[in-house]
Amino acid sequence: MNLTFSPEEQAFRAEVRHFLADALPSDISERVRLGRHLRADDHLRWQNLLSEQGWLASNWPKQHGGPGWGPVQRHIFDEECAAAHAPTVVPFGVNMVAPVIMKFGSAEQKEHYLPRILSNQDWWCQGYSEPGAGSDLAGLNTRAVRDGDHYIVNGQKTWTTLGQHANMLFCLVRTDPEAKKQAGISFLLIDMQTPGITVRPIITLDGAHEVNEVFLDNVRVPVENRVGEEGQGWTCAKFLLTHERTGIAGLGHAKQALRHLKSLASRIEHRGKPLLELPSFRHRVVKAELELMALEVTNLRVIAAARDGGVPGAESSLLKVRGSELRQELSELTRRALGPAALPFFPDFLHGEGSLDDERAQSAAASAQYFNRRKLSIYGGANEIQKSIVAKTILNM
Amino acid sequence: MDFALTDEQRMLEETLTRLVADQVSPEQRRTMLAATPNGASALWRTFAELGLLHMPFGEDVGGLGGDGTDLMIIMQALGRGLVPEAYLAGLVLPGQLLALTANSDQQTQWLTPLLEGEHQLALAWQEHNARYDALAIATQATQQDGQWQLSGRKDVVLNLEAAAANLVTARLDNGKLGLFIVPANAPGTSSHFYCTIDDQPAGDLTLDSVTLPPANCLSDDVGDALAEVLALGRAALCAQAIGAMEEACDQTLAYLKERKQFGLPLSTFQALQHRMVDMHLHLEQSRSMAILAATSLILPASERDYKIAAAKAYCGESARFIAEQAIQLHGGMGMSEECYVASYAKHLVMFDHHLGDSDYHFETVSELLKVA
Repeated sequence: MNLTFSPEEQAFRAEVRHFLADALPSDISERVRLGRHLRADDHLRWQNLLSEQGWLASNWPKQHGGPGWGPVQRHIFDEECAAAHAPTVVPFGVNMVAPVIMKFGSAEQKEHYLPRILSNQDWWCQGYSEPGAGSDLAGLNTRAVRDGDHYIVNGQKTWTTLGQHANMLFCLVRTDPEAKKQAGISFLLIDMQTPGITVRPIITLDGAHEVNEVFLDNVRVPVENRVGEEGQGWTCAKFLLTHERTGIAGLGHAKQALRHLKSLASRIEHRGKPLLELPSFRHRVVKAELELMALEVTNLRVIAAARDGGVPGAESSLLKVRGSELRQELSELTRRALGPAALPFFPDFLHGEGSLDDERAQSAAASAQYFNRRKLSIYGGANEIQKSIVAKTILNM
Repeated sequence: MDFALTDEQRMLEETLTRLVADQVSPEQRRTMLAATPNGASALWRTFAELGLLHMPFGEDVGGLGGDGTDLMIIMQALGRGLVPEAYLAGLVLPGQLLALTANSDQQTQWLTPLLEGEHQLALAWQEHNARYDALAIATQATQQDGQWQLSGRKDVVLNLEAAAANLVTARLDNGKLGLFIVPANAPGTSSHFYCTIDDQPAGDLTLDSVTLPPANCLSDDVGDALAEVLALGRAALCAQAIGAMEEACDQTLAYLKERKQFGLPLSTFQALQHRMVDMHLHLEQSRSMAILAATSLILPASERDYKIAAAKAYCGESARFIAEQAIQLHGGMGMSEECYVASYAKHLVMFDHHLGDSDYHFETVSELLKVA
């Protein structure tokens, strides 16, 4: 056994680092570093640069225009992106709907949608959760009724991330209310311009407009926009949930957050000494450091297994639980480190308007981010759901 | 980056797993524990035949040149069966220290027979007032007329009774730490034998003006070698704890599936499912740390000590968590001595008291924490 990266992998890391230093616009990385909200244009500018480089679709095979990277390279890429304060690639097109289209889509769907995703022509959002279907996703009620060559869709989706910028929605709908609940679900691709779609913002407790409600009122969707067979939607959704989740621990982000925390806590003074020397605070930092070390090796174990042909299944759940807990703890410590400076709230600044003096700017996002990071243990299957998945699939309970 | 075992390592793992399953059932283990430790059990002879006694030693001293991963495989299998043999305390730790310090005559006299299974040794490094600090040593060694004289007391020496000789650290007149080999029957030594609460034979060793010839001095500056061997021991203990954690988790899971209350198996209750998953999470994260420790043995000392301290601190906490949950989920049964998981729980809790506990290693990590 060895935990070191090969010379080729180290050279790849250097190449990624070099590209990021060269290509990542400094105004964008500065916004990410300060925790300010990104504009649609920030995402697009960065994703266009990645697209030109051929690195946007990091998990796609070469035949569809991906770089053909393996899990190790993707891991290195993610880590370097987080370290350089690059925006996270909006995952709904590249990482979520694209693999489903590749696996279950028709030749026409592949030909039409995949190039548009690769060139950032389409901005996808996800229509999964509903007011009555969160953890119990299969309990969704949005109805799609066949009418000739169309489905008529009625219902409501929620927690639709960045739906305000999207022109396409992939959506789980109920096509057969009589069937067993998972069996009656289909997977539709819906143009957001279609009459009957309304997007309303949900402002989260950190003041951000990240998520939305999407109302579907007699929305006519061509039958050819269904992926897979009618009633196969749950299979698509489940595939998506287990597909390539080696990055789910958010290790690059956790590493970056810990680096930031340690540097912050050694600059901030507490009774004339660096805060990092306050025993109770240092104790928690060291605990986070240990957890990160363990998580990193666990993540590498899963990545190595995926590289060698395994499919990361329920192990992803372990990574998700521990990764989200760690990132939440780091956001808690960062907020705490700032002391009273964590109190002022400047929503306009965080939205990207106006400016603050440097000291305030550095600390402006900490508390908002702490509240924002509560989502990590809720989305993508709440941690309690992840534990039930492990209990069922690994422990056969 | 590679987590796969080589073919030889897989064979080693299979052989050991089979051996432990065949020869260390709960009943067999009870019988073994009841016997007076003499370092020459039938199982120890099997270890010798299988090459296990040579495995973790370099080829330069007649070993098989096994690495950290090989040692991890062995320790994990021994931990899974709670095998009552002093593989680490009676062979690996004293043997590695001999390999690092002994001259060729001393190796011929002490190390070669150790690897051949002809005798066992013990490492007497702990003292009553030093807690886990291997360098805060009060035992004195002075030189008179060419002979050495040792006086002091060593605490909780594992495998003391079975050892043909003890490797004893002592403070020299020049302030450095020396290492001596003290035969079990040397005049001036007295021993108080006992078992630890998790059934490991141990004892206190008192040295009252024990006179030794120059040939029994292994080193007049053993600090670095001792640090290296203790690091190896900590990595090995982590691996052993992983084996015991696996078994404690398996037994607990099996119990939850079989035990019924309110007309249902306990495994159907979500609170218990999630607790069981928490145990599993602790196990997998600890396994990662044990791998980190095993692969860090070849690193430069400061990096090695940082990572191994991190692993030992982490595994210590997880081991206790799993032990406590194993008892809790077994309910009243977990409180009985007869319930096999109780032996695992005791081992997993007391594992933290060997070669430095979580607090001790946490402090090391804290001191070495890299900020930039």
